[in-house]
Amino acid sequence: MNMRRFALIAVPYFWLLALFLLPFLIVFKISLSDMALAIPPYTPTIKDGISALISQLDFENFAFLASDDLYWKAYLSSLRIALISTILTLMVGYPIAYGMARAPEEWRATLMMLVILPFWTSFLIRVYAWMGILSNEGLLNQFLLWTGLTGEPLQILNTTTAVYIGIVYTYLPFMILPIYAALDRMDESLIEAAEDLGCSRMQAFWLVTIPLSRNGIVAGSFLVFIPALGEFVIPSLLGGSGTLMIGKVLWEEFFNNRDWPVASAVAVILLLILIIPIILFQRNQQKQAEAEQ
Amino acid sequence: MSQTVFAPWNDPAEKPLIRFQNVTKKFGEFTAIEDLSLDIYAQEFFALLGPSGCGKTTMMRMLAGFENPTSGQIELAGQDIAQVPPNKRAVNMMFQSYALFPHLSVWDNIAFGLRRDKLDKDAIAARVAEMLKLTRLEKFARRKPHQISGGQRQRVALARSLAKAPKLLLLDEPLGALDKKLRQDTQFELMDIQESTGTTFVIVTHDQEEAMTVASRVAVMDEGRIIQVATPAEIYEAPNSVYVADFIGDVNIIEARTKAVGGDQYHLTWADGQAPLTATSAAPFGEDSKAHLAIRPEKIKITTERPEGAPNALQGKVLDIAYLGNLSTYHVELPGGQIIKAQTANTRRIARRDITWEDPVWISWSATAGVLLAQ
Repeated sequence: MNMRRFALIAVPYFWLLALFLLPFLIVFKISLSDMALAIPPYTPTIKDGISALISQLDFENFAFLASDDLYWKAYLSSLRIALISTILTLMVGYPIAYGMARAPEEWRATLMMLVILPFWTSFLIRVYAWMGILSNEGLLNQFLLWTGLTGEPLQILNTTTAVYIGIVYTYLPFMILPIYAALDRMDESLIEAAEDLGCSRMQAFWLVTIPLSRNGIVAGSFLVFIPALGEFVIPSLLGGSGTLMIGKVLWEEFFNNRDWPVASAVAVILLLILIIPIILFQRNQQKQAEAEQ
Repeated sequence: MSQTVFAPWNDPAEKPLIRFQNVTKKFGEFTAIEDLSLDIYAQEFFALLGPSGCGKTTMMRMLAGFENPTSGQIELAGQDIAQVPPNKRAVNMMFQSYALFPHLSVWDNIAFGLRRDKLDKDAIAARVAEMLKLTRLEKFARRKPHQISGGQRQRVALARSLAKAPKLLLLDEPLGALDKKLRQDTQFELMDIQESTGTTFVIVTHDQEEAMTVASRVAVMDEGRIIQVATPAEIYEAPNSVYVADFIGDVNIIEARTKAVGGDQYHLTWADGQAPLTATSAAPFGEDSKAHLAIRPEKIKITTERPEGAPNALQGKVLDIAYLGNLSTYHVELPGGQIIKAQTANTRRIARRDITWEDPVWISWSATAGVLLAQ
């Protein structure tokens, strides 16, 4: 009996240890190392012996990150972009989820399918497609010029606007699905009860629908915010050089500068920043599970 | 000398609180309510009774404002309410599912409607306290709906719908989710609360016992029409149709042809080779017209010997005995194969009873025991 319980607990712990903690420790170790022209491109390595390995580690790279304003500006810019795009995704996603939950029963499966369908195409291809839409000669500008709404093409690609469009588009399903789940579970007679007790439609929405879909909103927002914070593909393909995001900085440190230690330090800090929303998210999920019992 | 009986429906000067006038409600092709007219008076405890799908819930939802009649009009205190949205009606509803807001405490649930009226804080607190006391929920004010029992939730729902002191309270199967014992207690509680608040209650139920217990008048519905509106006693003792007689309580129906024998007496020919039955009817029947004699089991006497002087006496054989504790129902098979139910109160303990299975018995009833119905 005790063995079985131990085994049950051991599996998830082993999973976390092997797939999260161990890689993190490796990255953390690299972040404390120095750059070297070698393979792997840092020193010391395990070949130098344990004592040398430990004695040569230092926090130099973290000090460097603090001294160069590029990095903290990138972190702040990432936070801002992630936050704004989370709010935008919520504003677009909530009405869609609401519409789905209120749609006739027989339509819902189809609507759900339409939300998930884009996942069947490669993410990269979809972002490239947006480049085709947003570029100066792209579909959107051609359409705007054709209708005469603008005299000359709008510069959308390679601006932060394009990054917002890309993030909202990519992460929309992550926002819609938890909100839809919350709204779908809601008893419609609650809205009628609110109206019966003197609420207008709008009041009933704010006082009943929104609070009861709160867990879905929080879950969806974190599911968008967390990956958007470290997003790399969207800002580098759609945002151009003007958009500063920490994911892009990380990529450049790794592949352009081949500075693994600094890149690792960037990653460690990013992870520390992300731990806060991840813990909040976990708490929300836990509270929701408790409320449902 | 005597206390006046509460019966505003018999007083032609009385203005009804609610008036349905030729109301029809269609959902697409389906007609839920068909050309229905009905008056409900202030302070009544009015029950809409019928099988599921008979339109009783639709009527309630039209009163609450969630549905609008396709044609006809509904008046509340003399005003046509068709265009008044639910949040502007002096009508509150207690939902079948209770529809308590899960994110609010018991206290906040009850205060919800009062807050919409922009009352000041003290007035709200006083009213909520009053409602909590009325429904004996003081101890649970801070709990969330999922932390209290079903019976308590039912009382919260009642308190919430009464808090705004509506002119009319609608109750949609309010006791459906409670077990039998709790349901009976709650029925009496509901009646007490109805009486002490003086609110007009309209209750929707498919449980005839519940309707009979709580209501001042009962409307029996079927397929979007009202078959009979009357007090519980009238519905039971003087149903206007076989449908009502059969829907409320247990009944024996004997099909027969009538023969007037003077006064309000009729002889009924009901089976070959059987002596005609005698029944009285206030409503006139034509010569040799088809009629149904509806007679309640408890009005039929069961004896081992042929009773002296009984106008209706038939011989049969005991087929089955349903023992209910306080009552026993005997299923008596007549020579023609028809089964008549007769009920007796068990005033003696079981060993002293003299009728058992397969016994030849006589069943008898008086001329006024049954009701003669045309349809």
